[in-house]
Parts: sequence; structure tokens; C-alpha cells
Amino acid sequence: MNNADILMTPHRQSVLRWQRWQDFFFEKTTMVFALSTLVALTGIIVSLFISSWPVLTTFGFEFFYTVEWDIINSKFGGLIAIFGTVATASIAILIALPLSFGIAVFLTETCPMSLRRPLGTAIELLAAVPSIIYGMFGLFVFAPLFAEYVQPALAGTLGQIPGIGILFTGAFNGIGILAAGLILAMMILPFIASVMRDVFEIVPPILKESAYGIGCTTWEVVTKIVLPYTKTGVVGGVMLGLGRALGETMAVTFVIGNAHKLSPSLFSPGNSIASTLANEFGEAEPGLHYASLFSLGLALFLITLVVLSLAKWMLIRAEAKKGMKS
Amino acid sequence: MSNSTLKDPSIYASRKRANFIGLVLSMSAMAIGLIFLLWILSILMFKGFSALSFSMLTHSTPAPGSEGGGLANAIVGSLMIVVSCTLLSTPIGVLAGVYLSEYGDRSKMAAVTRFVNDIMLSAPSIVIGLFVYALVVVPSKHFSGWAGTIALSLIAIPVVVRTTENMLKLVPVSLREAAFALGAPKWKVSTSVVLKAAKSGVMTGLLLALARVSGETAPLLFTALNNQFFSLDMNKPMANLPVVIFQFAMSPYDNWVSLAWGGALLITLTVLALNIVARVVFREKVAV
Repeated sequence: MNNADILMTPHRQSVLRWQRWQDFFFEKTTMVFALSTLVALTGIIVSLFISSWPVLTTFGFEFFYTVEWDIINSKFGGLIAIFGTVATASIAILIALPLSFGIAVFLTETCPMSLRRPLGTAIELLAAVPSIIYGMFGLFVFAPLFAEYVQPALAGTLGQIPGIGILFTGAFNGIGILAAGLILAMMILPFIASVMRDVFEIVPPILKESAYGIGCTTWEVVTKIVLPYTKTGVVGGVMLGLGRALGETMAVTFVIGNAHKLSPSLFSPGNSIASTLANEFGEAEPGLHYASLFSLGLALFLITLVVLSLAKWMLIRAEAKKGMKS
Repeated sequence: MSNSTLKDPSIYASRKRANFIGLVLSMSAMAIGLIFLLWILSILMFKGFSALSFSMLTHSTPAPGSEGGGLANAIVGSLMIVVSCTLLSTPIGVLAGVYLSEYGDRSKMAAVTRFVNDIMLSAPSIVIGLFVYALVVVPSKHFSGWAGTIALSLIAIPVVVRTTENMLKLVPVSLREAAFALGAPKWKVSTSVVLKAAKSGVMTGLLLALARVSGETAPLLFTALNNQFFSLDMNKPMANLPVVIFQFAMSPYDNWVSLAWGGALLITLTVLALNIVARVVFREKVAV
């Protein structure tokens, strides 16, 4: 008989049993709550799939690459909305990427120490501004200026180049795919910038110091040491921004123009998946129109799911590097 | 490297030039970001404050074409939806965060949950609206404040889970070991030691989640919908600030657009204040 057995009076045993039961109960309860996000994700996919089933059986896969959107004759194709979503998100990334890279470089390399915190906070506050505010700003303030100054200038310069010139033709009405892309760019800029800043800070100081020690300039340190070291993290951050841009509703709905047509010009109004949903879902009749909107939602969800998964996977890989720091 | 390249001044000059151009560009990127923030805020202040008045807080939304009116029903509706969303998502999010941090060290399922949670963090909010529409509005056959609450909770919970887990991970292991050595069972260690130590961090997460959902519009469009009248019934369609702003801003009536700017100012100030408070709470915790 060892000491532990002597201490195990029946009373203590019952206390222990009770505590073990409490522990078991606590662990399982927290686990159920943790599983709820998993359940939500599967629930979203399953319910969208069920609700869009009529479309998938009527139009089949064709739905995703045909352009008709005829509510009266019940002919539906999602290409215009899918194109609008991809086009606005791509414009947004093209513009936000260099800007957020610049901001991250400034915040980690050249900014005076005392300004780093307030400026970083300012960028994070820009990310906190609700998207509907970006939408209103885009419609009432940005679009008139864009139509009066920027669109004529673009048409006069880039619009004259053969080939890509067609992208910058059409009426200067301020709203359209390009305007939506620009507003989106401003919206996702702070997201990408703060992820980039965070991964830039992972770079071991000793690496940067050695580079400075052999006489590198700050710009060379950034492009030849920091960027190669953090490239997976940077790509992950960009993908995260892309995921946001694809699914953004309010900022786009205000400025994209909400017209169901496909045009090569970026000045022309269009529609994205999210803006179609925001505008039409409230008035949709149960039936094919309704199911078509659900199919668009399903397509949007699956696209962002892939983009965000890739982003997350890359960020996890970047994070793993942090462990090998020493 | 030969002696001649070392002494070639043109290489130095071009490297210095590249450095100068790169740094100036990065500085201007920062300037663009800041100018944009100030631009948005000043427009909001300018247009919002001129719309702001006492009657905005006491009157309900006006009928189309009629003069005056306010946002009282929308403000109350938003508050009710957001408060019930906080009450719903706090226990779920915090307990899920406790599981991931305290029990989910090596389990595969916790890793998957963490991954899915991070994806839900950026999932398109309008799709969440669609989901809640199919799940709640269709079976119950009417729009309701509760449906809006559920949709917002689906957005808030991942934020709470993520920050709770991160904050609990910051609590030193020795604190847990000390409690275990006194014979405390694990659930007691998790709730009265770890959670208590990370209290202000968890509060930060709750405030950030609150800030995030207060401005969300898309998930409310097909769930809470809107209500022209003052209503405290969560089972009915409910007026809420974001949807009212959306409808009024897109409308042809001048007084509606002006009310929309007033509402936009209210929402932005609330969201920014919540963000700043969250930061202050967290910094106090770090300082201790």
C-alpha cells in the first residue's frame, strides 16, 4: 500500500469523482461551442446548395457562363455578376497591393519610433470604418469628382492606346466597375497593410542588421532580405484582402451602377454577385429567380472559401517560420 | 569584387537613387492612406453634423415625401439587435475560445476548427444573410429582429473566438500549474484562473466584435429587413440603422439622404469609439 492509497478516503474519492465529472462536462461543453463554427460552415454550404438546386437542375453548369438575366422569361445566367465580382476585386488588388506594401515598409522601416503606434492605429481605424460609409462616400463624394476629373483624363491618355484603350471608353458618369474597384481598393488597403506589417516584423533583426552591416541601403534590405523572407506571408495577406474584396457588398453596391450588362469598358456600370443579391433578393419571387440568386451566393461563397483557405494556409506557413527564428 | 567596381561612383549613385525613390514612394503611400482617412472623416463630420438634431433622436423614420422625421426607431432597433447579438455570441465565443486554448493543443479537430473559424472571420457577410434567411426567415415565414441577431452573431462569434484564444494563450503556464498544484480541477483553473487573468484581453475581443457588427449592413438586409414604425418586438421586422442608411441614401428625397448622413455619422463614431476603447482597455492590461 503506498501513500496515495492511504490518502484516498471514501470522501476524497467521491470529491475526485465529482470533479472528474465536472471536468468531463466542462470539456465537452466547450467542445460543442467550438464545433459550432464548423457546423455553421457546413450549414451554409448545404443550405445554399439545397436552395440553389432548382437552378442547377434547370440550367446545369451553364448557369455559370451564360449572360442572360431575364426575370420576365425566367432565363438566368450568372456570368455578368461573376465577371463584375472578379473584375472589381482584381482592380482593387492591383491598386491596393503597391500602396499597402508602401505603408508596411514605411511603418516597419522608415517611420520614427514615436509615430509608429499612432500611425499604425490610424491605418487600423481605416479598416474599422463600416463598409456602408465607404459606399456613401463613393456615391456622393468620390463619383462626381471621378466623373469630372479622372475619367476624362484616363480616356485622354490610357484610352488612346490601341488595345487597352477600349477599357477606358464610354460615358463619364462616375459610377461603374472602375469606380467600384477604386473604392474597394481603399477599403481593403488597411487590411493588407496591417497583415504585411505584422509579417515584416517576423524577420529576425539580426538578418536585417547583417545586411545593413555590409552596406545595404534600406530599400535593398526591404527588397532583398525582408521580402524574400516573408513572401508566403505577404501573398497570404494579399489573398486575405482579395477574399474581403470578393465578398464586399455595401461599398460596391453604391458605386457599381447595378446594370445587368457586359461591356468591355471599365467605365460602364455593371453588377457584382454581392450587389445583385443586395438589390434583387428582397423583391425576388420564389422560383427560379430566387434559386438563381442563391446559386450566385453559393458561387461567391465557394470562390471566397478557396481564396481564404489559400490565404490562411500561406499565413500559417509564414507563422511557422517565426518558430525557427533563433 | 574588384577594386574598380568598389570605387565606381555611378553604382553608389544609382543604389542611392533607388533607395530614395523607394522610400519616397512608401512615404507617399502612407500619406495617401492617411489623407483618405481624414477625407472620409471630414466629409462625414461635415454632412453628418448638419443633419444631426434633437428631433433625429426622438422621431421615427419619415414616410416617403413627408418632411422632418428622425431615426429613433432605427437607433433603438440597432441597439436591441446588437445587444442581443452580444448576449448570444459572448458565451459561445468565449467558451469556444477556452476549448481551443485549453484543450485543443494537439487535437486535429481543434486545428480544423481554428482554420474554419479564421475563414468565417472573413466570409462574405451577405452570404451569411442568405443562410440565415433560408434557415430562420423561410421556416418562420417572416423577417424578424431575431433573424438579424442570429446573422450578426455568426459574424461576431469568430471574432470573439479568435481574440479569446489568443488572449488565453498569453496567460503564463506557471499560473495554471500553480492552480493545479493546489488541487484545482481543470474547469476551475480555466474559468477562475486563466479567464480571470485574461479578462481585459477578452473584453477587448468583445468590444472589437461589437464594433464589427454595429456597422454590418449586408446580413441585415434579408433578416431584420426594416420597419417604418417604432417597434420593440424582436419577432417582427425591425428598423436598424445600417439598412435605413442604405435605403435612405439611395432614395431621391433630400431629407432622407440627409438623415442617412446623420445615421452614418452616428454609426462611424460608435464604431471608432469602440475600437479606441478596446485599444485602451488592452494597453492597460499590457502595462500591468
